[in-house]
Amino acid sequence: IVPTQGELKFHYTVHTSLDVVEEKISGVGKALADQRELYLGLLYPTEDYKVYGYVTNSKVKFVIVVDSSNTSLRDNEIRSMFRKLHNSFTDVMCNPFYNPGDPIQSKAFDSIVSTMMVQAC
Amino acid sequence: MESLTLSDVEQKYYSELFLSCDVDNTKKVASNGKVLDLFRAAQLSNEVVHQITELCGATRLGHFGRSQFYIALKLIALAQSGLALRVESLNSVRDLPLPRFVMGKNEQETRHAVMFADTENQGSYFPRHPGRVQAKKVSAHEMIQPCVPTVDPQPDTTSPVVSPHQSPPTSPHAWRKHKRQASGGNVDRQPSVPGVVWPPFREAQPGPVTGDGMWSAHSPPPVQESWVSFTDTPPSSTLPMHPPSAQVITTVRTVPSAMTTNEIQRQISGYDDPWKITDEQRQYYINQFKTIQADLTGLIPGSAAKEFFTKSKLPILELSHIWELSDFDKDGALTLDEFCAAFHLVVARKNGYDLPEKLPESLMPKLIDLDDSAGVPEPAPEVGFSASPVEVTPNKSPSMPSLNQNWSELNQSNEQWETFSERSSSSQTLTQFDSNIAPADPDTAIVHPVPIRMTPSKIHMQEMELKRTGSDHTHPTSPLMAKPPELSDETKLAATIKFPGTTVGDGYSSSDSFTSDQEPISSAVNRQRSHSGTSPEGLKVVAPPPPPPRPHASHSRSSSLDMNRNFAAVPAGPQQPGVVAFPPAVPPRPLPTQTSVPHGHRSVEGDGLPAHTSTSPHQMPEQPNFADFSQFQAFAVDQPADDGENASDKTTGTMKTAKNDVQSEERNATTVNSTKVSTPLAPPPKPVRRRLKSEDELRPDVEDLPQKSNIIATVLATQPSIPRSIGKDKKAIQASIRRNKETNTVLARLNNVIECDHQERISLEVQLEQLRPFSHL
Repeated sequence: IVPTQGELKFHYTVHTSLDVVEEKISGVGKALADQRELYLGLLYPTEDYKVYGYVTNSKVKFVIVVDSSNTSLRDNEIRSMFRKLHNSFTDVMCNPFYNPGDPIQSKAFDSIVSTMMVQAC
Repeated sequence: MESLTLSDVEQKYYSELFLSCDVDNTKKVASNGKVLDLFRAAQLSNEVVHQITELCGATRLGHFGRSQFYIALKLIALAQSGLALRVESLNSVRDLPLPRFVMGKNEQETRHAVMFADTENQGSYFPRHPGRVQAKKVSAHEMIQPCVPTVDPQPDTTSPVVSPHQSPPTSPHAWRKHKRQASGGNVDRQPSVPGVVWPPFREAQPGPVTGDGMWSAHSPPPVQESWVSFTDTPPSSTLPMHPPSAQVITTVRTVPSAMTTNEIQRQISGYDDPWKITDEQRQYYINQFKTIQADLTGLIPGSAAKEFFTKSKLPILELSHIWELSDFDKDGALTLDEFCAAFHLVVARKNGYDLPEKLPESLMPKLIDLDDSAGVPEPAPEVGFSASPVEVTPNKSPSMPSLNQNWSELNQSNEQWETFSERSSSSQTLTQFDSNIAPADPDTAIVHPVPIRMTPSKIHMQEMELKRTGSDHTHPTSPLMAKPPELSDETKLAATIKFPGTTVGDGYSSSDSFTSDQEPISSAVNRQRSHSGTSPEGLKVVAPPPPPPRPHASHSRSSSLDMNRNFAAVPAGPQQPGVVAFPPAVPPRPLPTQTSVPHGHRSVEGDGLPAHTSTSPHQMPEQPNFADFSQFQAFAVDQPADDGENASDKTTGTMKTAKNDVQSEERNATTVNSTKVSTPLAPPPKPVRRRLKSEDELRPDVEDLPQKSNIIATVLATQPSIPRSIGKDKKAIQASIRRNKETNTVLARLNNVIECDHQERISLEVQLEQLRPFSHL
């Protein structure tokens, strides 16, 4: 589902979206845990995807890049995806053997994420 | 029963096998099924197996007792070595190898048996406690060694020591303890005489040496041995958790004995379930648990567990995986069960077993805090979950969409609802971890209880007002603090009207009674307004004796009528202090609504509500100044005009409590026209805001413009001329009555809508609460 050849492109996308997320965070003081950020603006004519951002209280940012070609996911679905992501992420963090910052190698986490992506598509 | 003499090694080996077959854990009877499997695994023909069972007397008894089992094992050994199966041969055959069973690690077993024999032999060198009889039961002819003839002399030497102690097999407990003690004795003595015993053995027995070498090679790094030495700690707690390197050497020697025990045990337990924790192991784990956490019902924090398991020298990734498997409730801490499971996994991994993808059932911790009903299905979903989240999520998802659909129907913030459904349906979020996850969605925690629609306040207000009718007027009611503009409009007027300058209490009562008397139609509304007015007043204790006027921006027409009737002047005064005090009282309500609203309110109501909330605070602080001028303007403009033109104006004007008498009068006039204020709920916010702005702009202007003063003068003039304006008033009253009726109907409709929404919300909350327990799963 995730094209490996375009992985670099996705990395680039994610990095650029980080800037936007940062911008949004610093702007408003009330929306600390902005549940979502429908970054629909980032729609290149060629790339045609949407980027969603999500920030937790601990400033951990989740970015989801979705292909716009498929039936666009509803906002609710994206939110639920973020929530699941957040839940599994907290599960991973609970592991005392996990150092924050390391790439997550938890199989359970990976399986959950894959499942979610399969469902989304 | 034929007497049976077993060597120590045989004894131990048989005991292990017996245990593995003792599924029922009765320690006396081995289940036939397991035993037969075992026997068949000995690669003997069925006939032989049958014969053996007959010989050992199992068929006679119908089950395998320990002695029968041992006899059977001996017979199997006999058969495997090709000897004839005879009872006499049980004790006569020497050098009988241990029965071999084809499953897993036979060689290891035999090797362990060898090593075991070696250690036993070593152990036999040392004087034993008088109590330790059975372990010493080393019959010379029972030495097992398949390839070491030189072993015989040693058993010979030991046999004289041992023979007097021969006795039939004792109960498993005694035996086991004995074995432990023996090994413990070994352990104790080994360090003292490590070199003495070992070299002779080495020289004499290249076989066992190689076995030993292989043994060492087989055994993972010292830590494992240290682990194994842990198992010895129950009887001999001399070994620390972390045997220093010095001890490692000794433990290497002593390890085999313990290792064999555990290895055999584990391997034997592999017959039925590789992940089953035996009693010994469990006891050992429990003891280890105690070293970290004295309270067996308590939890081991993640950091302590991390340190502990890091000692096992497993790679961090594997430890992380083990943690994921064993920390069932995902709370970052290990309960006793979780700890045992984790420890068991570590042990297994060190012994070469691969970590499972999901937690084996036998390792499932029993969640204490769940009911039995929940506990029963819990392992299944847990297993299912950990094994295949895919299966789980589909289970959850059906519930999710349905909930989502229901909720999406609401104009409430779907996000909030979704959050809750997700939370409750997530199988990952087990009990304790739920509390951890909860902070992750603070919005839900904060928002969910908060989403206060502006309208509910109306309900509250009405309720409070109804309560007020019979209760103390000065009774403070916080719900009434935040009032929607329309309501506040109405109430404000009422407030202003109601206080004809009398004392607080009297003023209230009198005003109420007055209104009721005069305006039966709008009495309810009036009373409401008056009540609502009183509530904020009550809140604002700061207000001086005169009841603070209602903070509500707009005054109801009825109140305006009252004002018209009586005298508007009075309320102004008391209103002032009320107004001053009001702004501070209001914030609590509008603020949460404000914070909640932006978060998720996307509905129409949301549109209206934020507008309301945003406007009300704006309006409140601006009340003092706005009222006058806006009213003046409105009054001047509308006076000759129709009713509803400046409804919005009136709203804003009425929303601000008048500061002076003139204001009240203005309000009176404006309230007449403000009937329509409440009708358009959606439009008011915007027009109100516009009005606010305009009023803001106008305020300074108005103050300066003499025209306003003229208007004011005219208004004032009207007031004194009450008798003259009675006719006008009557018309105004009638008009206002009509308007009040309209407002009433509109409000009633609104009320119904709100009630429905409220009901829906309550039902959803109930659903949520019902689902919440499942979030522990």
